Amino acid sequence: MDNTAYTSSELMIINAARLLRDGDVVFVGVGIPNLACNLARRTHAPNLYMIYEAGVIGARPNRLPLSIGDPTLVSGAAAVCSMYDIFTLYLQRGNVDVGFLGGAQIDRFGNINATVIGDYAHPKVRLPGSGGSMEIAAWANRCYIMTPHQKRRFPERVDFHTSAGFLSGKGERAASGVRGKGPQAVVTNLGILEPDESGELILTALHPGATVEMARENTGWALKVADSLRITEPPTPEELRILREELDPQGIYR
Amino acid sequence: MSKLCTLSEAVSRLIHDGDTVYLAGFTHLIPFAVGHEIIRQGKKDLTLARATPDLIYDQMAAAGCARKIIFSYMGNPGVGSLKVLRRLLEAGKLEWEEYSHFGMITRLQAGASGLPFLPMNPTAAPDLERVNPNYRRLRDPYTGREVVVLPPLHPDVAVVHVQRADVHGNAQIWGILGEQKEAAFAAGRVIVTAEEIVAEEVIRSDPNRTIIPEFIVDAVCHVPYCAHPSYTQGYYDRDNAFYLEWDRISESDEAVQEYLKEWVYGVRDRAEYWEKLGEETHRRLAVPPRYAAPVNYGEY
Repeated sequence: MDNTAYTSSELMIINAARLLRDGDVVFVGVGIPNLACNLARRTHAPNLYMIYEAGVIGARPNRLPLSIGDPTLVSGAAAVCSMYDIFTLYLQRGNVDVGFLGGAQIDRFGNINATVIGDYAHPKVRLPGSGGSMEIAAWANRCYIMTPHQKRRFPERVDFHTSAGFLSGKGERAASGVRGKGPQAVVTNLGILEPDESGELILTALHPGATVEMARENTGWALKVADSLRITEPPTPEELRILREELDPQGIYR
Repeated sequence: MSKLCTLSEAVSRLIHDGDTVYLAGFTHLIPFAVGHEIIRQGKKDLTLARATPDLIYDQMAAAGCARKIIFSYMGNPGVGSLKVLRRLLEAGKLEWEEYSHFGMITRLQAGASGLPFLPMNPTAAPDLERVNPNYRRLRDPYTGREVVVLPPLHPDVAVVHVQRADVHGNAQIWGILGEQKEAAFAAGRVIVTAEEIVAEEVIRSDPNRTIIPEFIVDAVCHVPYCAHPSYTQGYYDRDNAFYLEWDRISESDEAVQEYLKEWVYGVRDRAEYWEKLGEETHRRLAVPPRYAAPVNYGEY
């Protein structure tokens, strides 16, 4: 395969991986966040500590986990605990640095809807619901969101607040007293959105080849652009090699 | 006292129409064989509670066993949505009660602990608290800050699948622990199914691994491969291919009924089901061993 070409998923995974810091304790979700965490651990963050909501602490999966409770997460892990323990001793107590979130809708202030499109009692589309995300969004120190950049996924306002971003702005989140600092970045296939001082998501980076116009056309609010707008480094051959050869050899998330 | 009986006897004796049942297990050890037996016995008007309804509640709802569902993540794990339940909810044909995972297991933990509630820190996400009146706020008498509370969950029956148990009901699990212990202690009646029935000495050789003690257990059933298409750590792998296949089957109610006819009504029990899956599937799901280092409890 051409080692300069890459897919949208690979671009998002690699850019999300770069946001992780060595030593971070990460509440890992299945799918592309899982790949981002494992990529970071095999590149710049060898001491990344992965915990999973199923109750697995310090997982070192040998194969790509295909569910949040895959048995490969357990074999070789540092510890296993109950779900009550993972949500209390680890998350609520403040022992989680990073949480990954996803959803059908993410609004201007980083609030997420993973519950329902339309009216709650008479749903037009019934989505899976919170799972762990309501508490992860509140209590992890930093949250990252990975999502394709599409207008329907970025409405001005979410239909349902499954998990809190900055609500109507940073002040409202701060006043709520939750310990986590909220969403720090939304990584899309076009670039990266980050909250400004008010908590509004603005475009802070574009991936190579993407334009401000493309980002604006695919966002449901009047997307502001940071003065310091940067272009992300393209995926390196080494990042792509690890993803393709070691982490997802079957190309499930490519 | 031995509580060993067939699964068919246990379901018939301990699960009644109208019960709230909790088939425990977070991805791991989901007691599919018990769900299938409940379907075969035609149980009705059940309230099905699980953090993750998974394929098993999709199937039980499709078979007409359910009046209501209580859940915190209604997805096909790692695949997408649970299409039967989704269609029923979108059509207004099934009652539901929804929590976050933490809310759901905190209800179980309170139920298992004999408490009226266990406080949780607020999350700032307003809408689930708004639409589910079970969510309430209280003031912490010490700091004056608000906490969130939910009532305890007390299922009529909990079903827990384990790697090994003795005939009295002492049950041991390793791997993902989910909410099995909490479900068992919160419930009025407990059915334990096990991959292996072992001698009491085996259990007593490793007491730290026992999550459920015999005296809260009503029935013990020997059901190898009970968890397929989910898995039992160290015994067989998760059948990810079937989870993907269900995504396709559950596209249409007809295909779901065909599936139930062939794989639930069409077999007598789990042994016949496993046989029917065939050798290729057995080989695909086999796992090589990886043993823990033994621990020394000491002779005192």
